[in-house]
Amino acid sequence: MTNPALTTRDQNGFVIELEQFSGPLDLLLHLIREDEVDITDLPIAKIADQFLAVINELGLNQAADYLEMAARLLRIKAQLLLPRRVGDDEWEDPRAELVRRLLEYQQIRELVDWLGQAAARRAEQFGRGFAPEPAAASPAAVPLVIELNDLLAAAERVIALIPEPMLHRVVPRPLDVEGATARIQALLAEREQLEWLDVVGERPAVVDVLSTFIALLELAKRGSLKLRQPGPFEPILIQREPPRPAA
Amino acid sequence: MSPLARLLEAALFAASRPLTVEDLLTLDPQAGEAAVRTALREIREAYAAEDHGVELIEIAQGWQFLTRREYAEAIERAQFALRPRRLSPAALETLAIIAYRQPVGRLEVDEIRGVDSDAVIDKLAERGLVEVVTRGEGLGRPLLYGTTPQFLEILGLKDLDELPRLEELSVALRPPAPPAAAPE
Repeated sequence: MTNPALTTRDQNGFVIELEQFSGPLDLLLHLIREDEVDITDLPIAKIADQFLAVINELGLNQAADYLEMAARLLRIKAQLLLPRRVGDDEWEDPRAELVRRLLEYQQIRELVDWLGQAAARRAEQFGRGFAPEPAAASPAAVPLVIELNDLLAAAERVIALIPEPMLHRVVPRPLDVEGATARIQALLAEREQLEWLDVVGERPAVVDVLSTFIALLELAKRGSLKLRQPGPFEPILIQREPPRPAA
Repeated sequence: MSPLARLLEAALFAASRPLTVEDLLTLDPQAGEAAVRTALREIREAYAAEDHGVELIEIAQGWQFLTRREYAEAIERAQFALRPRRLSPAALETLAIIAYRQPVGRLEVDEIRGVDSDAVIDKLAERGLVEVVTRGEGLGRPLLYGTTPQFLEILGLKDLDELPRLEELSVALRPPAPPAAAPE
């Protein structure tokens, strides 16, 4: 079997890449154009051979869609080879479905050209660059711009507060969220504003930090306090939610 | 220009997207649609007559000030503005199918392209060019996609009617020739 696709490639010197074709129909259409054959009277045998040669080059493991098309082409080729009676009215051209899809796809390709040109033309004009800030942008939504050293320093500050973990011992005390909640509420009843360190106390254990943090989040969710952090990694401020007296 | 035209000019200048007549009516609800349209034409003509670097364009069912084409290169060279990323052929194919067949499901797009299009559709949805518009009948009630105003905007179209009509294409989908009488 001669390999027409290879000779075609040699003549035109193009190299196939998978990205070059957006799908098996695209590749098929490309082969048809190269050969300048009529879509409606597709020389299936020739096109199928070319198609197979090209997908061989592409690497089969990446080309399931192409393999499916190859199988389809071979089936049509086989159907056309089957003998049939002269003047058989029942006979349907096995190429008809493929031809219909190719024509439809060809139309899409023409629209692609049109859309591409429209987009390129539109890109020659610029609108105003200003984009309004999304409504109610919270400080948390602002991306952190921070130096690595600041980050490390902040991490060290947090770690320094936690006593040396004793990895071999299971922490005996479970989280005490209720206790932390009560402590925060008691403190807030006295003062309008607290700092994180006021709440966790000196040298807190890991469980204290966790319990307090969960309690703060829970209280903030209920609306009985407001959490504020003036800047990244600065101490968290805990404020009594003004409309309601501390519960 | 009339006071209404000046008000609209200010709003259109401040906006970063095309403003529709409905958008503009919120500036002065008493003005009425006809007056807004007249004022828009007034602005457009004023800018055209006085030879400005920007022009008022009807786009994506709205109006927007855009720089004139002849300055694109200079603006881009100076890096004052970036051109939008170009769409890949696969993305344009998928857009074309969705634009003409909308509302259309993923399966139909796959069939026409002959290749799995899930990733492409997801990317287009992410860029806001297509969106789920409804659910289809039938098995699994598939999500059906359509194009968005953003799609019109990146193509510089007023509305979908500005897309070429299928009959106008040079390879207009002729019905396939009746099965050839003679086999190969």
